[in-house]
Amino acid sequence: MMWPLTPALPLELWPLAATPAGREMDALFLVELAISVFMVLLIFGTIFLFAIKYRRRSPLERPRPIRGGLALETTWSVIPLLVFLGFFFWGAKIYFANAAPPKDAMQIYVIGKQWMWYVQHPTGQREINELHVPAGRDVQLIITSQDVIHSFFIPAFRIKKDAVPGMYSTEWFHATAPGSYHLFCAQYCGTSHSGMIGTVVVLKEADYQQWLAGGRGESMAVAGGKLYQKYGCDNCHGRICPTLARLYMQERPLSDGRIVRADEAYLRESILDPGAKVIAGYPNVMPSFRGVLSELEVLQLIAYIRSLGTPALAGEGEGIGAGQGTGTAAGIAAPDARTQQGNQNAYPPDSNPHTMQGERSSEVQKREGGEVRDKQ
Amino acid sequence: MGASIEPLVERTTNYLNAEHSVKSWLLTTDHKRIALLYLVSITLMFALGGVFAMLIRIELITPQGDLLSSDSYNRAFSMHGIIMIFFFLVPSIPATLGNFLVPMMVGARDLAFPRINLLSWYLYITAAAVMLYVMVTGGVDTGWTFYAPFSSLFSNGRVTLTVVAVFIAGFSSILTGLNFIVTIHTMRAPGMTWGRLPLFLWAHYATAVIMVLATPVLAIAMLMLGLEHVFHIGIFDPALGGDPILFQHLFWFYSHPAVYIMILPGMGVVSELIACFSRKRIFGYSFVAFASLAIAILSFLVWGHHMFVSGQSVYAGLVFSILSFLVAVPSAIKVFNWTATMYKGSISFDTPMLYALGFIGLFTMGGLTGVMLATLGVDVHVHDTYFVIAHFHYIMVGGAVMAYMGGLHFWWPKISGHMYPEIWGRISATIIFLGFNLTFFPQFIAGYLGMPRRYHAYPPEFQVYNVLSSAGASILAVGYLMPLIYFFWSIRYGLRAPDNPWAATGLEWKTASPPPTENFEYPPVVLEEAYHYSDEEAPIA
Amino acid sequence: MPEAAASPFHSRLKHQYETLAQQHHADTLGMWLFLATEVLFFGGVITAYVLYRAAYSTAFQHASLTLDIVSGTLMTVVLLGSSLTMAMAVHAAQLGHRRALAVFLILTIVLGLAFLGIKGNEYYHKWEDHHIPGPGFVWSGTDGRAAQLFLYFYFVLTGLHAVHMIIGVAIMGMLLVQTALGRVRNYVVEMSGLYWHFVDIVWIFLFPLLYLVDRHK
Repeated sequence: MMWPLTPALPLELWPLAATPAGREMDALFLVELAISVFMVLLIFGTIFLFAIKYRRRSPLERPRPIRGGLALETTWSVIPLLVFLGFFFWGAKIYFANAAPPKDAMQIYVIGKQWMWYVQHPTGQREINELHVPAGRDVQLIITSQDVIHSFFIPAFRIKKDAVPGMYSTEWFHATAPGSYHLFCAQYCGTSHSGMIGTVVVLKEADYQQWLAGGRGESMAVAGGKLYQKYGCDNCHGRICPTLARLYMQERPLSDGRIVRADEAYLRESILDPGAKVIAGYPNVMPSFRGVLSELEVLQLIAYIRSLGTPALAGEGEGIGAGQGTGTAAGIAAPDARTQQGNQNAYPPDSNPHTMQGERSSEVQKREGGEVRDKQ
Repeated sequence: MGASIEPLVERTTNYLNAEHSVKSWLLTTDHKRIALLYLVSITLMFALGGVFAMLIRIELITPQGDLLSSDSYNRAFSMHGIIMIFFFLVPSIPATLGNFLVPMMVGARDLAFPRINLLSWYLYITAAAVMLYVMVTGGVDTGWTFYAPFSSLFSNGRVTLTVVAVFIAGFSSILTGLNFIVTIHTMRAPGMTWGRLPLFLWAHYATAVIMVLATPVLAIAMLMLGLEHVFHIGIFDPALGGDPILFQHLFWFYSHPAVYIMILPGMGVVSELIACFSRKRIFGYSFVAFASLAIAILSFLVWGHHMFVSGQSVYAGLVFSILSFLVAVPSAIKVFNWTATMYKGSISFDTPMLYALGFIGLFTMGGLTGVMLATLGVDVHVHDTYFVIAHFHYIMVGGAVMAYMGGLHFWWPKISGHMYPEIWGRISATIIFLGFNLTFFPQFIAGYLGMPRRYHAYPPEFQVYNVLSSAGASILAVGYLMPLIYFFWSIRYGLRAPDNPWAATGLEWKTASPPPTENFEYPPVVLEEAYHYSDEEAPIA
Repeated sequence: MPEAAASPFHSRLKHQYETLAQQHHADTLGMWLFLATEVLFFGGVITAYVLYRAAYSTAFQHASLTLDIVSGTLMTVVLLGSSLTMAMAVHAAQLGHRRALAVFLILTIVLGLAFLGIKGNEYYHKWEDHHIPGPGFVWSGTDGRAAQLFLYFYFVLTGLHAVHMIIGVAIMGMLLVQTALGRVRNYVVEMSGLYWHFVDIVWIFLFPLLYLVDRHK
């Protein structure tokens, strides 16, 4: 565990902010702090003043009642409300920006487990309790947990996101200042919760390239491809089951009439709980790989599937929307790993993947003699 | 200030000496005796929770985990939270001052359901006994928030027994709230219209509504967590198709309104104290009354602000954030009205007033940091850090406990028939105020710097703040010990209290100190507003 | 037979109240508040159930089909009948007809016990089929995890309901004893009636939620 990571001040009062988003958050906080200090001084001061000026001088005093007015009450209700609304909008703006990673952000996978952080770069590097990133680039973290809820907290970047088992959550940052920064687990997770800490190392681009060059394992997509072969996935997929080519982020019709988008959460669910969502026109025959694959292996398979391309996505919205591929209670626990990702290895998208899919499914249906079910 | 004069006529029988047997105390249905039973029990639980706090603060003096093992520390902070919240703060003012005063303030002989009141205390005692058993057989290490799947699948503490204890304590709370609502609705004395209710009663009414409606959801959350812990069905386990975040929603649906259960009664006390020690009616009475109701209603709509980084949808975050700002407005209204009450008043600085003024200051600070936490962008940084711990201790200790102390001192003459020593009262109030700030203000800084909650060991750069905080905690402990000692002392040696030592309005001051068992010699009739300090007939010190 | 003022059926004025009217008002408000807490109590579980039902609609439908619709309908009819006899009992109490009150209380108890008997039989069958969630759970289908969740909610919801029924039957039993001894207060019968009707209404929610999941499909 590496301890002293911030500049050696005799007494640290303000944490370093290493990202522009973090600095904006600091600005908002300082405004709130200033207004709070003002209000506290105003109240304290007024009370102090009244306490002195109106102190009891005789036990026989009988002050006259002061009738309040709607005007005064309204004023001192509406003004704080307006100030609060200002805080709300600014805070919401920062929060939304935090929740919407840029399309071309570099993605790194984080798996929390009792009591360490496992960091996996798509290009193959693995780290434990450390995260090396380049300065000046957008970095997106895709986070999950293998056991209990943890939280990936980088104070210097002013970001934090819970690592929840069973779903992917995401946060992103754009670090500008090279340096080493604290990494903490911020959600109590058992015995060694306070030991689940590490370092985020921001390197200048050149240094980062150098770091990448040393100790590179195989990329996640390659590892995923090996798993795909090992578990015989291509015995079905591409034959009697839907092909995985250009599957990532495609809209898929389900047997019960719903349409889902094949994002990370959907892919994960399809691997671990295939019966939850069955593609229209296909039988529910895929076995579950829960207990067979680790969280890391699931992520590698997802990386592999992503490397097989995405369909054309003209006119899609931004990366915030209701989660669809969840194995959990819908609506409330929707994961937020639903962002649009550019994919470096995308094949040229087909012009109309939906027609292809529909044709194929009715083909399958006709072959099997069943009814063609319309999608809603 | 209440000068002590020997009475011309001795009224010998009051609720304290009416009967002396143990059975008459343990099977009492007199709301005043039940209030004292609660007073003793929650003081013991407060002391126990305080012991755990001392363990935490002593451990945190050094960055390394050296005093306690990790598991012991985790149990220490869990026990501290569970005991302080469920066994001290939630019952505190309602079960002691509320039980004692609600019937008296409406002019009734007792609460609507005296035997249910006694049942409520026995439920509390049972739950406390289970919790004590948990403590001596290993404790629980889940934190008072019991997040799944840690508490359902991974903890090896006494989770099942703890949720049983909390479940039972919840019913104690529900019955108290039910009793208050029915009493205030149906047992007001002739002339006591809603518009003449003391604000203490408005606050307790709002609190009771929350107790009655929110606590059952806690009961369900605990029941389901307990079943999950024992049977591993999967309701909160993603590997079995469950959702850990569902637990958070169920838990916080109660636990956010619960924090208003903890603060609203304190606000009610402060209204009484400010009015009495400024000798003026509360400025904006109806606004303060409705603010209590508004807080109670809005409190049910903001629970998701504990979950901004949990992975819930950003749109849910937006809704919860704006509602959380909204719920801050009625609290601000109250602070402004209390301050305005002092304008052109006649202010004296007896001990209860010192606590009330301390409340206003510290609650304002705590509340404004709550506004910071409601701000989505900021919360992402300070969530689950010491900033949050400092925020809620400002409200609960700087607010609720100070109000409780102020109320205890104010009504002590009525409860015991004796005056506490005023000098020591003022000294301990000052020590508590200073000790409190030294304990918790540095935690704001440590939190913003990034020190997470529930950390047994921490990076050395946070040490300065932790040392300051622990130093403050020892001062605070001294401050709390002093009233314990002098309240006991006053029972034996304190000056005899007259009926109305503070020259306060309110029906409870129109009867003897201590009151007879039936509260009033004759059923009271109310002819004036709640804080009629300016009337010709107002009491004079 | 003319009844004296302090005779059975009329409540005794408790010491904290000024008038009987005030006491009855307080008792009624208290009972309604208690029922409100029960709404929140059951409401919490039902909300969790609805969320999971939305997430696993197919599996929940399959699992719901394993519930015996005949038993469920029978239980509903029995419980509605018991509410009728309860209402008649309250009516008899208000009119001071002791014998009628006793008869209707007995009928209510019998119907309540019948409900519990049918439910116990259902539980027994579920145990036989190894459908009780936990280590012994056996499911013939691929959606076993979600089916187990359905059955968990089934047992928690109907189990909590059954506990409330047992308490209700016990209360009716006490009222019956009091009636026989000539010491029953009609107001207490009314309050107990409110409770009984509430437990019935909970079942009216549980029956379609649990037994009628997409049965038409």
